[in-house]
Amino acid sequence: MSARAVTEATFDQEVINNEKTVLVDFWAEWCGPCRAVSPILDQIAAEHADKLDIVKLNVDEHPALAAKYQITSIPAMKVFQKGEVVKTVIGAKPKPALEKDLADYLV
Amino acid sequence: MRQVIIIGSGPAGYTAAIYAARAQLHPLLIASSVEAGGELMNTTDVENFPGFPEGIMGPDLMMKMQEQAERFGTEVVLDDVESLDLTGPIKSVTLGNGETHEALSVIFATGSAYRKLGLPDEERLSGRGVSWCATCDGFFFKGKTIAMVGGGDSAMEEATFLTRFADKVYVVYRGETLRASKIMQERAFTNDKIEFVYNSTVVGITGENAVDGLTLKNSVTGAESHLPVGGVFIAIGNDPRTHLVHQQLDLTSDGTIAVAGRTSKTSQTGVFAAGDVIDPSYRQAITAAASGTVAALDAEHYLSTLPQELLSQASLADAESAEITDPTLVAAIN
Repeated sequence: MSARAVTEATFDQEVINNEKTVLVDFWAEWCGPCRAVSPILDQIAAEHADKLDIVKLNVDEHPALAAKYQITSIPAMKVFQKGEVVKTVIGAKPKPALEKDLADYLV
Repeated sequence: MRQVIIIGSGPAGYTAAIYAARAQLHPLLIASSVEAGGELMNTTDVENFPGFPEGIMGPDLMMKMQEQAERFGTEVVLDDVESLDLTGPIKSVTLGNGETHEALSVIFATGSAYRKLGLPDEERLSGRGVSWCATCDGFFFKGKTIAMVGGGDSAMEEATFLTRFADKVYVVYRGETLRASKIMQERAFTNDKIEFVYNSTVVGITGENAVDGLTLKNSVTGAESHLPVGGVFIAIGNDPRTHLVHQQLDLTSDGTIAVAGRTSKTSQTGVFAAGDVIDPSYRQAITAAASGTVAALDAEHYLSTLPQELLSQASLADAESAEITDPTLVAAIN
């Protein structure tokens, strides 16, 4: 299952007002490490669908949201709970390392 | 069990794979999960790789190398090596997914990792204005004033690239004259958005929640100054990636894996090394590729000296582990 894309129009509904914990993957087509980490996030999304929603936001198409969350380095993965950012992970990492960073939100 | 496992997917790893595959060694190449393709994946135009007179984008070049390796039967696995045992006649490589693969020989081509400044605020402000990837992050510095730390080809290329977005790029270099090639220097010199700050070492990165400047120390006068910038990109060199083999292979005083003369032979029989991980000096895509060739030919030669009974255990299928118990065989390969 691939992580679904969110946009400026759907961000409030999909992320801010989501009952579940949501990880937003801020990414862009021209970012090699973003493309590398994307299938890993898809795997984590599939394995932990009950705990965590994972969505992708294209910063190239939605620069205002990237600016709002002060993104200056991608991939940037931000975990949202009740509309607030509770965790930020910067940079592509292997699956075990990402799972460790996200451990609090996967179990 | 395989005849050869190649670890690394830069120009050295893929070129070794092309040669090993064409020699019918059915190589397994461990490419890494998030750094597959190596350092060139984060570059833009590669203008000095022979055969591409118009230049080629780094990621495109690496994709072509992978295709060429796979065309001849290389199996590429997108995972990371967790641990490896290089001692004895049969080497084993354990991956992040828990699988262990065995082989009669290993080509180690893990390249190098970018160097950090080693400042306390560097980690804290990473992702808040400190970056090592201009192609990834330049976009976020539109209209800003930023700094590029370093004086080599990478620093020049990235500074030039960053002027697409930033209004002003300071290139901060600790020396008096740049290390970069003349053509890259010229390109930066003639770019009116780039200004050079020589003889300056970065001793601090300032900013509460985001980078707002650099503290510089002049290496001639010793005076400290503050350079206000909204971001800092770092390209001050690389260190060979050897942590997986520290206890198993001899290293040089430069920290690279020691190899015998112009060969790729490491201190461990049946283990070969290629590319940036053995090269403290040149570290070009083309020298890494050439080095990969040497490693594949050395591995091929080594395998040809092994007893047929042992080679026959190394099947294409990479099936369950084959344990060598016959004492004459063990003696033959040691």
